[in-house]
This record gives sequence, C-alpha cells and structure tokens, in this order.
Amino acid sequence: MNQLGFPILSLMLAVPFAAAIACLFSSAQTARWLALAATLLDLLLGVLLWVNFDPNGPQWQFTEHVDLFGRFAWALGIDGIALMLIMLSVFLMPICIAASWEAISKRVPEYMAAFLLMEALMIGVFVAQDLFLFYIMFEAGLIPMYLIIGIWGGARRIYASYKFFLYTLLGSVLMLIAMLWMVREAGTTDIPTLMNYDFPAGAQTWLFLAFFASFAVKMPMWPVHTWLPDAHVEAPTAGSVILAGVLLKMGGYGFIRFSLPMFPEASAQLMWLVFGLSMVAVVYTSLVALVQEDMKKLIAYSSVAHMAFVTIGLFAFNRQGIEGGLMVMLGHGLVSGALFLCVGVIYDRLHTREIARYGGLSDNMPKYALFFLLFTMASVGLPGTSNFVGEFLSLIGAYHASSWVAFVATTGIILGAAYMLYLYRRIAYGQAPTAEVAALPDLSARELAIMVPLGLAVLWMGVYPESFLAPMRRDVGSLLARIERANPGGDAKIAFGPRHAPAAHEGAH
Amino acid sequence: MNSLSFCMTLPEIILGAGALVLLMISAYAGDKAASLVVGLAVALFAAAGLSLLGPAGSGGDAFGGLYRADSFAAFAKLLIYVASAISVIAARGYFIRIGALRCEYPILILLSATGMGMMASATDLLTLYVGLELQSLAAYVLASFLRRDTRSAEAGLKYFVLGALASGILLYGISLLYGFTGTTSFDGIARAFAVPAEQGIGVARLFGLVFVFVGLAFKISAVPFHMWTPDVYEGAPTPVTAFFASAPKVAAMALLVRVAVSALGSETHAWQQIVIFSALASTILGGVAAIGQSNIKRLLAYSSINNVGFALIGLAAGTAEGVASVMTYMAVYVVMTLGSFLCVLQMRDGDGHPVETIASLSGLSRTRPGLAAAFAIFMFSLAGIPPLFGFWPKFLVFDAAVGAHLTWLAAVGIATSVIGAFYYLKIVKTMYFDEPAPEFARSESAVEGGLIALTALLVSPLGYLAIPALGVASMAAAKALF
Repeated sequence: MNQLGFPILSLMLAVPFAAAIACLFSSAQTARWLALAATLLDLLLGVLLWVNFDPNGPQWQFTEHVDLFGRFAWALGIDGIALMLIMLSVFLMPICIAASWEAISKRVPEYMAAFLLMEALMIGVFVAQDLFLFYIMFEAGLIPMYLIIGIWGGARRIYASYKFFLYTLLGSVLMLIAMLWMVREAGTTDIPTLMNYDFPAGAQTWLFLAFFASFAVKMPMWPVHTWLPDAHVEAPTAGSVILAGVLLKMGGYGFIRFSLPMFPEASAQLMWLVFGLSMVAVVYTSLVALVQEDMKKLIAYSSVAHMAFVTIGLFAFNRQGIEGGLMVMLGHGLVSGALFLCVGVIYDRLHTREIARYGGLSDNMPKYALFFLLFTMASVGLPGTSNFVGEFLSLIGAYHASSWVAFVATTGIILGAAYMLYLYRRIAYGQAPTAEVAALPDLSARELAIMVPLGLAVLWMGVYPESFLAPMRRDVGSLLARIERANPGGDAKIAFGPRHAPAAHEGAH
Repeated sequence: MNSLSFCMTLPEIILGAGALVLLMISAYAGDKAASLVVGLAVALFAAAGLSLLGPAGSGGDAFGGLYRADSFAAFAKLLIYVASAISVIAARGYFIRIGALRCEYPILILLSATGMGMMASATDLLTLYVGLELQSLAAYVLASFLRRDTRSAEAGLKYFVLGALASGILLYGISLLYGFTGTTSFDGIARAFAVPAEQGIGVARLFGLVFVFVGLAFKISAVPFHMWTPDVYEGAPTPVTAFFASAPKVAAMALLVRVAVSALGSETHAWQQIVIFSALASTILGGVAAIGQSNIKRLLAYSSINNVGFALIGLAAGTAEGVASVMTYMAVYVVMTLGSFLCVLQMRDGDGHPVETIASLSGLSRTRPGLAAAFAIFMFSLAGIPPLFGFWPKFLVFDAAVGAHLTWLAAVGIATSVIGAFYYLKIVKTMYFDEPAPEFARSESAVEGGLIALTALLVSPLGYLAIPALGVASMAAAKALF
C-alpha cells in the first residue's frame, strides 16, 4: 500500500468530511470544537505525511487505487509539489476555524460544515491522480465557497457569490471537454500517464487554451481577475484566507500538473500570451492596488499581482523560474492569508474596512502593529521572509527566459513596496482619527495564537527555504526533463551579442 | 407464436387490464376506495416492472414485428413505471389536502403508462401512433384533473389543442414516410432508405422525416416546439406536473431515439442537423427564459426544456455510446425532477394551500433545513455541478459528442450549461441567503419525506457508486438498437 500501511490520503479526506456531517447535527459550540479538532487532526496527518515523504523515493507516493466508478477511479497519490500545497491547506484550516471563533455567530454549524467540506475538496484536488476525479474535486469546491460568501458575507455578498460561481464555472467547463478529448486520445484517465503522453502538436494548442481558460480564471490572471476583488471583499475573513491562501493556488497547481507537462509544445508556443498577461497584471493591478480605499480590496489586487509572478516563473522553462513560482505560491498563501487575518482583526473591532477610518494603531495596538508589519514586509518581499525567496527565484528564471519580462516584472516589486508600505503607514502610523480608534484593544490571546504560527512559518520559509524546496526538487527536475524539448530558449544567453545588447542591458538593472 | 407475443406484451397487459379492473372497483365503490386504488395501482406498476424479467424484457419481436421487447424498451419501461408509481404515491397526500382524492387519477396514470410502454416498444409507425395517443389522451385529462380550477382546465385545453396539432403533424410525416417507402415497419423503412432514391423521392422522404421529428420534438418539448410546456406545467396540479416532467419524457425520448436510430439510422446526417439545432436551442432558451420566472413550476418547466436539450446532444452523436448516454441522462433526470417536484409539493402556506412562488422559498434553510438541503441538492444536480450526480449524465452526453467528432457541439453545449446554472443558483440563493418568509406547513406524511430523502441520496455523490451498473444497463439497452 504505502510506507505507512494505511490509506492516509483517503483518511485525510474522510476526517473533515465526516466532521462536516457531524457539525450539521450539533450545536454552535460543539460545532466549533469539532471543526477545530478535525482540522488539527488533519494537520497532524499532514505532518505525518511530510515526515514520511521520501524526497528520493518514487515520484508518486502514498498511492491508492480503487476502481469504484467504472469510467474513472478513486486514484490518489502525491508528489512533492502536491505535498507542499496540502501542507499549506491543512496549516491554514485550523487558523481559519480559530479566526471564525467569535466573528461568526449566526448559523455556526453550517459554517463549520462548509469549511470542513471545503478542506476535504481542496485536499482532494491536490491528491487526485485521476483526471475526472480531479475535475470533480476542482468544481465541487465552488458549492461550499458559494455558500460561505453568500450566507456569511458582507453587504454585496449575493452579487459577489454569483460572480464567483459563474465566472469560475464558465472557465472550467471547457476544460472538461478538453479532458474528454484527451482521455479518448490517450486511452487513460491516469494523470501520471497523461503527463508523459505526447499529444499531437496541433491539438495541444486547443487543449492548452481550454485548460488555460480554467486556470487563468482560478489563478486569477488579468483580465479575468475581476471576480476576485468582489469575492474577497464580501467573503468573511476566513473565507478570504482560504480563497487567497489555497483556492488561487489551484490555478498554479493546474498549470504545473497539466498545462506544462501535458502540452509542452503549446506552452512554449503560447508563452508570450502568459508573459504578456502577467506583465500587464503586475503593473496594472499594482497601480490599481495603490488607489484602493478598502483594505481587503487592496490585498486582493496585490494577490493578482503576486500570482503574476507565479505564472511568469512557471512558464520560464527553467529550474529557478519553476521553483520560484512554487515558492511564491506557498509564500503568498501564508502572507496573503495572514494579511486578511490582520484586516479581520481590526474589522471585528470597528466593523469597517475603509482605510481612512483607521490610523495610529501602533500606539494602542503594538502587538498587532508588529505582526502587521512582519506580514507587510513579507508581502513586499523583504529578504528573510517567505516571499523574497520565491520572487527572487522567479525573477531570475524570467530573466533567463526574457529580459524584458524580468524588467517589467521587477517594477512590480517596487510598486508592491509602494502600496503595502502606504497601506501600513495609513493604518499603523500617524494619529488616530477618532477616539474610538485610539481605544481599540490589542490582540487577544486567541488572535495571538493565530498570528504566531503564521509569523513563524513566514520566517522559516524566508530563512531556510530548503525545507520546502527539498521535497519539490526532484519533481521540478522531472518536469524540466519533460518540457526541455520545447524550451524556446531565452534571450539572456545571447544577450552579449551586439544586436541584443540594449535589451539585456536594461533587463539587468 | 401468439402466446409468446402475449408474454412479451405482459407489462402492457397487466397495466391495461389492471386499469380496467380498478375502473370497475371505483365505479362501484366510489371515491371511498381511492386509497385502495392507489395501493393497487402501485402494485400493478411493481408487477409490470417484475414482468420485465421474463420474455417481456428480452423476447424480441411480437405480433409480426409491430412490437419489440428488447433491453432498450425494458430500460425505458422500468424508468417509466418507477416514475409513474412515484407520481401516484406522491399525489395521494396532495389530493387529500385539497379534498380531491379521486379514483380516476391512478387509473389515468395506469392507462398513460400503458401507452408509454407501447411507445418504448414500438417498431412500427402504427404502434407508435397508438401508443402515443393513448399516453397523450390520458395526459390531457390529467392536466385538467381539477376541473373546477380554471388554471387546470386551461392547461388541459392548451395541452389538448397543441397536442392534437402535433399529432397531426406527426401523422402527416408518417403518411409521407409510408407513401414513399411503402411500409410502416421501422425495419422496412430502414431497408427502403438504404436504397438510394431518385431526386424527387429522396426529398419527399426527407419531408416525412422532418415532420416525424417535429411531432416527436413536441412530445419531448424541445425548442422550438416547447411553448406548451410552461403553461401546462404551471396550470396542471403539481403531482400531475411531476408526472408530465418525468415518465412521458422518458417514453417520448425513447421513441425518438428508436425512430432515429432503427428506422432512420441510414439518414443520420439528415436528422443530426435537426437534433443539433434543437439541442442547442433548448439548452439556450431553457436557460435564458427561466431567469425571469417567479413561479417555481414554470421554472422547472424551463429546466426540463433545458435538460432535454442536453439529452439531445447525446442523440446527436448518433452512436451506441450516444444512445446509452441519452438513456442514462433520462434515468438521472427522472430522479432529479421527481425529487424537485416532491419538494414543491411540500410548499404549503399555514392553511395548507399550495404556494408556487419562488419568493415563498426565502430563508427555507432556516425554517426547514432538511427540505432546503434536499432542494439545493436537486438544483445543483440539475445544473450539473459535480460532485452531485446530475453531473454524470452531462459528462456522458458530452463524452459521446466528443467521441462522434462533434467536439464543437460539446464545447458550445457545456458553455450554455453555465446560463442554466444561474437560475438554479437563484433558487439556492433564495433558500439560503434571503431572510426567512413565513414557514411552510409541516407535512405529517413519512412517505413524502422518505421519498425526498431517497431521491436526494440517489443524486448525492453516493450516486457515483451506481455508475458501473448504470453503464452496463444503458449500454445493453443501446446495443439493442444497433
């Protein structure tokens, strides 16, 4: 079976699922404890998974295969990339439950059930080894998220929930048709087999575009990102954390699991599309973030900009780029989640997200200001924090692929520093605009318990990224070996020739 | 020979003869015996279903090729009988509450089901027409069953007039086919079409084909012949609507598939265009027109138009796989639709009067969480969102289309499913996001609650465990036609 002797992946899916059903039939307080216990148990299982994962072992570990459904199978298994994303999910979930402990007071059992269901489906996306099982898990996540935004969201929650659901659904349906075609062509639904199947180059373009429609919306890439600010602003705090922390990563995971290895030629051919959209996203959404009045909206736009670093890195066709993209995914998952929690903390006190209503919080909320500063710096990409590693690597990768892209993307770092520091200054420094703001109490023990693990993880990832890179290194290597034949080559290598010198020169700065 | 023919038509004999006996009972015992008649009708459906295990399920041709008992017909009949039986059971409580429990209701459904069985087994244009008319005549009466209710009477009249028109068109098509092929048997027509015809004859045959398809499109309420559906569904008593949306749809779809594949199999290229147009028009119109509806029954009418469109995509593929996907689609569709209507039957105000506005569902998740959850499951399932089982038949029809090199059709079709998702979401939104409306009267019937729970479980992700069995059964059914 596997190194542990029991189907750990199925168990990780079953625990939150069973707890979700139990929550529906319990009282509010029981549901809270039940949800916390289930998510902590899943975290424990995740740690067990990580400890037992052998970076030098077979590519796919902890595999399970049961032919339950005739046309497709209950096939689970993980590689290092999936492992890291699962760890991100199970790490963020208990934090989400704790963050909702007091903020959610109506319909608590249903809320906890929706979150637990969401956890099961997120893990399901990352462990599925069958194409259609993946699709089902991928799509099913829309239902609990729709309910979370719609029931427990803010004033415009209904608009936001519809937009979230229909946007992502429209993106995904074409992917299903592409999958049907692929399964007919290759004769298998097994993802590892399909990852090594050579589809005809002509068909690859269409297949790539169909998958791209889905993942670009999920990611989200400019110009199909508009659902994200709405969904983030209206979702309850924990919903935003999951949305930014894990759901967006499904897009990146999709690119790395499907688009690149299954359609390498098309990926190389349409690299310009990905790079072009990402370049626009980095600059445009950063500028948009700069002028936001609403804290959550600002962080939402910054997410779009950060996700563009992921796409740039992944499509750079080199090790630095891909590892960088993955590290940005992990780092952004932690940091943006933490930033939304920071917003949630003060929203719970003053019930507004408007930046202008706050000020001078460092005076009366020093602990809060400390953590907020840490996460702001991490978002900016300060060395020693998680995002620095990822952004630096993906920019190196981008430079190898195209110096122009690296040049434009680097401006995103500067703009990122601008909007995040500007946000921090307005909220934490200066004078409190009202006596009410000046009297806001500092972090409670519960909030501290949420912030500390996130802060430690951010620093860990920044100081010793090797822990996170090591499990993924071999998988990135096999991906590179797979796509090398289509590698268009970068302009940086030939940049020392006389004709391309100016471009290289600009890119180097 | 003849005794074997009777064996093969055993389900129709049971239902037909049983209906006549029940008619006698009700004539002498009056409406006091209504509950007894309901029980006996369900027993007759069970008996008819069981008889499919014998020669009636796989016997071959009966009565010199007028009727065929094969696995395709058996599959359709099983669905029809189950759906009819549930319609009979679910109706009892409804009619008791409005004081209109009468013996005729189960009897009419029995007669209608007899006709539907003949439709599923028809291998001759005459059997086809007789079966269709038997089913339709009973249905017209059922639509106007609450004769003192003007809406019900209007629904019956509309259904009758438009149904008669469609029957006329169908008959005209049949006469053309007969005139230019010289036979009414499906096999004979297939043989005649296999021979290349002179120019004039070919065009005339094509006309016959088109008219037959138009007549049948009316019965499955595919766009552009769907106009009667919302009005009839809204006006007819809710249990009757549930019946209309389930069993007759299966029968008409089975009939259409059999005509298309076994009689006109060589003309696939000709009817494929009609079916593709009708499929896409149904999915689009069924989605767009439903958005503005405020009556839940009208909304479900458009939902059924929408779903028929998706089933037709499977037929458009024209392969055995496509036919199997259509049959699977109808099976899952029947469960989802009956489940939805069972929920609608629970919508009653404090005095027990039925209410039909979508607004009255507001906040149902807080007043009746179980009912709301079941309704939400049916809505997400009808929208085809995984992991609910409604996803699976959509998956199969699109897969069949891709397999028949109609990838573009699959892509357009699945994109139109997003339009439909919008109004299904609207129901979920009303139940879960809005402030509660006055609570519905609670039902004391365990049967209705049990049926809702059962149908909800079938379309829940647990349904996926049935995929292998359903796949084998639907493929066996489809293979019978090829």
